[in-house]
Amino acid sequence: MARALRSARVRAALLTLPLVAFIGATFVAPLGAMLIRGVHQPLVADSMPRTLARLEGWDGRSVPDEATFRTLASELRSLRERRVLGAVAARVNRVESGMRGALVRTARKLRRASPASWREATIAADPAWGEARAWRAIRRAGERYTARHYLNALDLRRDAAGAVSAQPPERRIYLSLLGRTLAVAAAITAICLVLGYPLAHLIANARPATSNLLLLLVLVPFWTSLLVRTTSWIVLLQNQGVVNDLLVAVGLIDEEERVALIYNMTGTLIAMTHVLLPFMILPLYAVMRTIPPQYLRAAASLGATWRQAFVRVYWPQTLPGAAAGALLVFILAIGYYITPALVGGRTGQLISNMIAYHMQESLNWGLAAALGGVLLVCVAALYLVYDRLVGIERMRLA
Amino acid sequence: MARSAERRPFGDHLGRGLYLAFCVAVLVFLIAPMLVIVPLSFNAEPYFTFTEGMLRLDADAWSLRWYRGIVADDDWPRALGNSLVIGVAATAIATALGVLAALGLANPAMPGRVPVTALLLSPMVTPLVISAAGMFFFYSDLGLAQTHLGLILAHAALGAPFVVITVTATLAGFDGNLARAAASLGAAPPTVFRRVQLPLIAPGVISGALFAFATSLDEVVTVLFLGGLEQRTIPRKMWSGIREEISPEILAVATILVAFALLLLGTVEWLRRRGGERAAARFRPG
Repeated sequence: MARALRSARVRAALLTLPLVAFIGATFVAPLGAMLIRGVHQPLVADSMPRTLARLEGWDGRSVPDEATFRTLASELRSLRERRVLGAVAARVNRVESGMRGALVRTARKLRRASPASWREATIAADPAWGEARAWRAIRRAGERYTARHYLNALDLRRDAAGAVSAQPPERRIYLSLLGRTLAVAAAITAICLVLGYPLAHLIANARPATSNLLLLLVLVPFWTSLLVRTTSWIVLLQNQGVVNDLLVAVGLIDEEERVALIYNMTGTLIAMTHVLLPFMILPLYAVMRTIPPQYLRAAASLGATWRQAFVRVYWPQTLPGAAAGALLVFILAIGYYITPALVGGRTGQLISNMIAYHMQESLNWGLAAALGGVLLVCVAALYLVYDRLVGIERMRLA
Repeated sequence: MARSAERRPFGDHLGRGLYLAFCVAVLVFLIAPMLVIVPLSFNAEPYFTFTEGMLRLDADAWSLRWYRGIVADDDWPRALGNSLVIGVAATAIATALGVLAALGLANPAMPGRVPVTALLLSPMVTPLVISAAGMFFFYSDLGLAQTHLGLILAHAALGAPFVVITVTATLAGFDGNLARAAASLGAAPPTVFRRVQLPLIAPGVISGALFAFATSLDEVVTVLFLGGLEQRTIPRKMWSGIREEISPEILAVATILVAFALLLLGTVEWLRRRGGERAAARFRPG
């Protein structure tokens, strides 16, 4: 008997193994690679090993010795020949702005020089080398493992002495962006609950034929391409769009005072609410369908007003559905990228858009990875809450 | 009061009227985008709003020019080809592995069901930008970036959770004794699967596969990060169309995609009903 049970366990586990391995290799491992990318940056360390070795014994305040200058010049020359100088200079520039220019200029000016004093020649090529901060930047950028990106993602920095402190106010952008993302997600969740609750109730209590039809209407947007829906919101909401035309035609606003409904936070809110509303309605409906109408009748016959009956009898029973829908909407909302990117304009961007920006435009992959790590922690925490409150096994689709 | 509360939990006639009006408004909000995009794709003018001619139902104001534009353009058919190749291959992988995993998860003896389920469903809740960024780093190192194979693997991983969910839901609705009876009559496990379990869970499998296919067909973030010019899919092309220069051609493509979505939804609904009461109870959300 015990053996039969064990073999059943092994058989069940073996059936899941191929997908576990597949998801592990194609999905979990890449996430791991990203998290590592946020702390591991070997480029500068691998490119300038001898200069960095010489800087190990350096006091960090004085200008380094002649031998260090000579080593730097020779390594810069070789980086230039191997055409990797640009990438290395960009990396150092993130630690100390202005270093890209200093490195590229110096490498160019010293490419064929063999001066008596490398120190003088290098400082002549770019005066930055006469100051300790340039060398500190090289040393900092040469750290193979760094907490810099994560600190940066949390609006923290390490000052010259190595102590962690808050960024100056004008450079604190990521935490407030994360805060804004969470606030937008919360707002969308609340709007979805308010809009979805009565409709879910109607669907759950209608006659079967009506109920089926209404459910189909909720499912149509669910199955329609996200890009299609975003496109139609652009068409509907833009300045010369259908909604503004309608408002002008009805006389609610004048031709000159067309409302900016899109390419700002309003656009993000409207389009995202539309996309996420079915995720709220479906779990609510599923729970409401199981609540017997007798309960409300009993409450009414005992003298409750409909408000009392709702607050004390109906609403508590729908809480599981509301919690499941709200958590799902919130989890999906904080990671949204496509909709804000297309309809959010400048003010309606969320944290995912910042990650994409650093991935594709600023090419600061370390920071993108660190921001991704921060967002991933938020999502993972909510996923655990979902499991505790709802149960991951009960996640269902329409 | 008692009687109205009995029949109508949300109050008296006025309350009932407001409640219905509110629900209708929400429904309009839900389907308005679909209602607007379809007629506007037949606009004879390059505008995104109803021209007076369209409102007068003037035949000249309506045209198929944007649809002809799609077909005449080389890029859209090529994008369709890419979408289909990647979608079909990714769906095949996701469905095969997802059905096996669901069979394992549905077995009461399955050890560590909750963590394994959490792992298998995680691609569904992870923000796409994070997944795509990680895949970009990882697949680039393996030489899979800017290849069809890379996107197929990515989309298979994103689609598999849908197969797991739908098939697990279908399996939960059927009688394990059927498989045991077949086994006791001498059928080998593969035979039990093919002759007994598969026919029973077929509606769930097909629905899951359709979900996975729809996911791949709509996915743009991994294509943005991982795909090159050779991997331009329909959504990728729509993305640049919307960002750069939105033309009514996009609306024509969108209309075709809405029709396709209705087809998918219709199929899944039909399967749900055909699957009978057995699967239906579980297949509905909840």
